[in-house]
Amino acid sequence: MTLIQEPKIESQLRDTLQTVSDPEIPVLSVLDLGVIREAIEEDGVVKIKLTPTYSGCPAMDVIGDDLRKAFTAKGKIVEVDLVLSPAWSTDWISEEGLKKMEAYGIARPLSETKDKDALLGNQKLVKCPQCESTHTHLVSQFGSTACKALFKCDDCQEPFDYFKCLK
Amino acid sequence: MEKTTLYNYILGIADNNLILGQRLGELCGHGPNLETDIALTNIALDLFGQTRSYYQYAAKLSAIYKTEDDVAYLRKEREYKNVLLVEQPNTHFGFVIARQYLFDVFNYLFVEKLQHSKDETLSAIAKKAIKEVSYHKRFSGDWVKRLGVGTEESNQKMQEAIDGLWQYTNELFEMTEVDDLSVRGGIGVNLSELKETYFKEVAEVLKEATLTIPENPYFQKGGKQGIHTEHMGYILADLQYIQRTYPNMTW
Ligand SMILES: [Zn+2]
Repeated sequence: MTLIQEPKIESQLRDTLQTVSDPEIPVLSVLDLGVIREAIEEDGVVKIKLTPTYSGCPAMDVIGDDLRKAFTAKGKIVEVDLVLSPAWSTDWISEEGLKKMEAYGIARPLSETKDKDALLGNQKLVKCPQCESTHTHLVSQFGSTACKALFKCDDCQEPFDYFKCLK
Repeated sequence: MEKTTLYNYILGIADNNLILGQRLGELCGHGPNLETDIALTNIALDLFGQTRSYYQYAAKLSAIYKTEDDVAYLRKEREYKNVLLVEQPNTHFGFVIARQYLFDVFNYLFVEKLQHSKDETLSAIAKKAIKEVSYHKRFSGDWVKRLGVGTEESNQKMQEAIDGLWQYTNELFEMTEVDDLSVRGGIGVNLSELKETYFKEVAEVLKEATLTIPENPYFQKGGKQGIHTEHMGYILADLQYIQRTYPNMTW
């Protein structure tokens, strides 16, 4: 376990940040997702440090643009920087974010060891977001995006995405 | 350490990702089924993402190439430093999986060590990449086993792929002058230290997959020095076409 510093986000910027969402999972705001590592206002300029979930995540360019638009609309000058370190982890998704994710139909990430067991098919641990059964099986390690795996529920027969643990 | 050494060192890492990503990208829409198609393109996306981080850094050090796109699209064949393994063309699915697996095991061991580089940018890219590469390795390793013990035909195709690709494995551990200088500068990874672990791990998985390692192999090299197989020109023609035809065009 590495201790990660809480991101420095100035409270007057939160409302606007809350309006910017992940284009792939629109119910999650960038704050829920934990990708904003810093947001401060200095000499009239809003400075944001954004970290990617995955290196090649195409959503990052869109999120960067949306952040610029959101603050420009408020009459602010805004600078968005992409930072890689420390690397994003699924631990940074807020509890509220995880709940929204589940309500949206995506199973939440398990702990690192359980994630491995689930993806190797050793144990049935991933809970179906429709009927809450853990009687589910892995269809593919890569789902609709790199951050998700595809599962199917053996009880209600629904296929669903599982958000993979990233640590 | 000299700027040009660091620049060349970065390219040596990034070009592997770019060229393998390009090969996987060629399969987009042509995978054997929807799930594997998506998986392979997702892996390509991870590799491109990592490449972008490396190239952005390289562009800062280059006097000629100003942006990541310049580095990716405007170099000549001899300036690409990727290993021969990653440029080998897609044939059947088993071949794609074998190429991926033989690279993933190396890539995992490599980024694991690169995390401890004294260079902060390289270390940050590696810390990000290792999480992604561990999923790649799991995917390709599972498929090696599945195809190896699958049917007589899948086993035979898998064995052909291993036989054909084995000659390119040794080059992964070749230490060039740039590698030597980077290791001495505390920035690079000593590849010869990874070799034993690599071949041990690969041998275990191949054994489980009921596949055999070629006896008395001969090994090819050259990619790391910019001397590529005949396939490289075709990849670059495809990759660079737009920039060469419409210089400086952007999306
Ligand atoms: Zn269900």
